Formats: sequence, structure tokens, C-alpha cells
Amino acid sequence: MSRSGWRKRLARAAVILPPYAWLAAFFLLPFVIVLRISLSDPASAQPPYRPLFDWTGGWDALMAFLGALDLENFETLASDSLYWEAAISSVTIALVSTVLLLLIGYPVAYGMARAAPRLRPLLVALVILPFWTSFLIRVYAWIAILKPEGLLNQFLLALGLISDPLTILNTPTAVYIGVVYAYLPFMILPLYAALERLDWTLVEAAQDLGSPPWKAFWTVTLPLSLPGVVAGSLLCFIPIVGEFVVPDLLGGSDTLMIGRTLWSEFFSNRDWPLASAVAVVLLLIVVIPIVFYREIEARRWEAR
Amino acid sequence: MARRFTWFNATSLTLGFAFLYLPILLVVLYSFNASQLVTVWGGFSGRWYGALLRNDALREAAWVTLRVAFLSATVATFLGTLAAVALTRYGRFSGRTLFTGMIYAPMVMPEVITGLSLLLLFVAVGLDRGFWTVTIAHTTFTMCFVTVVVQSRLITFDRSLEEAAMDLGATPLRAFLSVTLPLIAPAVAAGFLLAFTLSMDDLVIASFTSGPGATTLPMRIYSQVRLGVTPEINAAATLLIAFVTLGVTAAALLTKRAAQTQARL
Repeated sequence: MSRSGWRKRLARAAVILPPYAWLAAFFLLPFVIVLRISLSDPASAQPPYRPLFDWTGGWDALMAFLGALDLENFETLASDSLYWEAAISSVTIALVSTVLLLLIGYPVAYGMARAAPRLRPLLVALVILPFWTSFLIRVYAWIAILKPEGLLNQFLLALGLISDPLTILNTPTAVYIGVVYAYLPFMILPLYAALERLDWTLVEAAQDLGSPPWKAFWTVTLPLSLPGVVAGSLLCFIPIVGEFVVPDLLGGSDTLMIGRTLWSEFFSNRDWPLASAVAVVLLLIVVIPIVFYREIEARRWEAR
Repeated sequence: MARRFTWFNATSLTLGFAFLYLPILLVVLYSFNASQLVTVWGGFSGRWYGALLRNDALREAAWVTLRVAFLSATVATFLGTLAAVALTRYGRFSGRTLFTGMIYAPMVMPEVITGLSLLLLFVAVGLDRGFWTVTIAHTTFTMCFVTVVVQSRLITFDRSLEEAAMDLGATPLRAFLSVTLPLIAPAVAAGFLLAFTLSMDDLVIASFTSGPGATTLPMRIYSQVRLGVTPEINAAATLLIAFVTLGVTAAALLTKRAAQTQARL
């Protein structure tokens, strides 16, 4: 190989290797360890699980070690209805929130796409700003609003709409409000990206041909913005399933979510193997929509 | 006329933005409340900012947070920029699919999983939890955002400039450092600011990977919020909001300037 070819290869390696190695060490390897620990037994030691691996024992020790791995933690998860309820309620909350986000986010994104072109960068910046404002603080803000003597109740009482304060904080309603609020920018931005590129002459054509506005929307605008709908829904659904902060601060003790279960298994019960098993289950729930999305994307590319 | 901006559009924009901004504005407003009670307005006062300055635990936590954010954002910017160059310039290389997956996955991964898995790694290799483990964790999850920002800039970059430099005898490294890097610098700076902001804001990953003596500001705020809403936290939150607003505005201005520089060329 020529000298310059060799140098090119070296340059390539110098660019690719550092980020590759970093992600392999701190993103991929940790998952292998989670999987490994989810298959081991808890122990009242520090760290609270059986050793990862004993390299000194040779082949026999390796076989004994592999034999000791079991699915006990997953059996615990499957047999205890608490974990089932947490998983199902996480998926339900994420699904309902995603639908609510679509219903609220779509009109806003639509309005942004219809605004004067010189105003649009400002509107986008206004959506992005709260997205970068501390998540914790945005959730925290709702405690003062929703609590029994909070601002919302004071407002409604002053208007005479209610005679007794409503109990919203520490209920599922508060979780929905918090989740929708926190994830709204995630939904608006992809929807706006799709609607902004939309060829409005097609909508005009439909209306010129006598289609009422709702029908033009339903048969032209909505199908054309579908990629944005799918992207926004996934961007919201995936992190909401594993959400911890919102259900912990706004939900009651009866609001079960899998992220919260993982947290308490880890920090309160100190059962690291079980927490790892919960993480594996959560990972599986999250991977399914991603695979599904890639499948749709691949088919769209082929169709072109 | 399909292009008309209707009353429906105006109403949905107004309501949408009111929903996004009212809660944040209330936090800012009540941080200047003289009353001890969070939901009763007792007149304008800066006393909670004074109380904040005298709160050693919060000050300590803020200092830790700033150091972690600065260090992790610096490393993340370096690694993220390299990754962006690798993805845009080196087309197909072996393991590219895995690489792309590892770049995008951390952005949607539930934080509890990232936090738990990193913690288990640190325990497995016997690394003491503290300042350095939080910094490594934050570098890992913020570098992906840097990559996306820098990559979007590199895709629209005019490669003929780089080729011209190399035709005139510059080595690829030299061409990158003296032609490409100055032109993409605003995007790199924007990536740094976003990484910095993300690190400052993170509660979940820091809670898993932090140890004694490395309590970050979000962790401190979280533990105080669990005990109840206080005006002092409103003041801390307002400062954090001001900080983020400045950072994001700076990042936006840098990106805008970059677009103008590009347009002039």
C-alpha cells in the first residue's frame, strides 16, 4: 500500500475510534452488565449481588458459573402482579399521553406552519426554549399550581366555578398534565417540520375541486404530515414509558410506572438484580416501537 | 385560499404558547414574592435570592454542577464532533450500523436505564462514585446531541473549499483545521452549549452515578422539592432558567451567524 493510503487509513482510525470506543465502553458494555446482573441472585454484600465473574477458576468454574445463571428475577417479575400493573400502566399512560400530545400539538404546529415565513424562526425558538429549560423545574412548577390550596384552585374558586378545592395533585390527572406539558415541544417540532415542507397547493387544489376544508385536511394535509406524526409520537412515547420525575413528583403513591419501580427497587429495596431485570423489561418495551419505526421508514424508502 | 392565517390558527398558537410559558412565568414571579407562603402574594422582594446566597448546600451543589457541566460538555464536544465527521465523511466503514445506533439510542433511552447501566459498570470495574463518574455519564449522553448538531452543519457544508485547500497542497488534517473547523465552529459551539445545558439539568442519571461529595444542583432541588415547595427553590429555579435562556439564545445567535457566513461564501 502506498504511503499516502496508509496515512489516510490512520487518519480515518483517529477520527472514528475515539467516539466509537467511548460509546462501546460507556453505552454498550453497561447493557451487557445489566443483562448479566439481571440473571444473578441478590446478595447482602457490597455491591449487593453475586460477583460478576470469577476468572481464576478455569473451565470448570466457568461452567458452574453459567449453570448458576437463572431467570429467577424475571420469574419474580412475572409472578408479582405489582410489576405487571406497573408495566401495563406505564404503557397506558404513555399511549394516552401521546394521543393527548397529538391533539394539542397538531393545531399549534399547524398554526406555526401557516404563520408568516418571517415569524416562523421566532415561533420555533419559542417552542425550543421551554424544552431546554430544566425539566425538573417545569414539573415542579405544576406542584404549586395543582395542589389543593394552589393557584388553579384559587382561580377557579374566585371565579365561582367550584365551591370546594379540587384534588388534582397526587392523582393520575396530574401525571397526564405534567407529562403533556413536559413533552409538548417534542411533539410540536417534528409535526412542524413535516407541515412546513407540505405543498399547500395540493390542499388548495382539493378545495378548488369542491372539497370542504375538513375533508381537504383529512384526505390531503393529514396523510402528507404522517411522517411528522409518527416521529413525534415515538419521540414522546419512548421516554414517557420510562418516565420517573413526573409520576414521582405529581403522581400519588398509587400511580405505578415502571421507571419509578426501577428507581425504588434500586434505591429503597437495594435489590440490584431485580432492578436490572426491570430495566431489561423496560428496554424490551422501548425497542419494539423503534424496530417498528425502522420497518416503516425502510418501506417508505423502497416505495420511492 | 388555503394559505390564509385563520382565527383558528391564531387561537391555537396563543393557547399553546400560554400553556408552555405560564407555569415557568409563575415560578419566576413567585421567586420575588415577599411572603413565606408560596401561593400567597405578599409584595415584591428579593429576600429569597439573599437566602439562596447564604445557603451553603445549594451553593456547593451549584459549583459541582458547573464543573461537571463544563468538563463533560468539553469532552462531549470533542468526541461528538469526531463522530459527526466520521458519519458524514467516511461513508461506509465496518460497524457503521452499530455506530449510528449507538449515536441515536442514548437520546431516546429512558434515563433510568442509562443511569442504572452506567452505575453497574462503574461498580463492576471498581470505580468510586463521585465527580468523575457523573462527568463520564454526562459526557456519554450529551455527546450524541453534539453529533446531531454538528452533523446537520457538515451535511450542508461546501466540500469544494476543503478540496481547494488540498489541491493547493494542504494535508487533510491541515485542511480540516484551517478551513472546515473555522466554518463549522458556530455549530460546534452550539453543540457545546446544548451539552452544557443538558448536563446542568440532569437529575436521574446524576442520582444513579453520583457519590458522596458530588451532589448536583438538580439532586439538591429534587430532595428539597420532595419536602415541599419553597420560595428559595423558586429563586434557584429562576436563576437556572435565566442561565439556560442565555445559553440557548447564544447558541441560536451562533447558528444564525454561521448560516450568514455560509451564505456570503
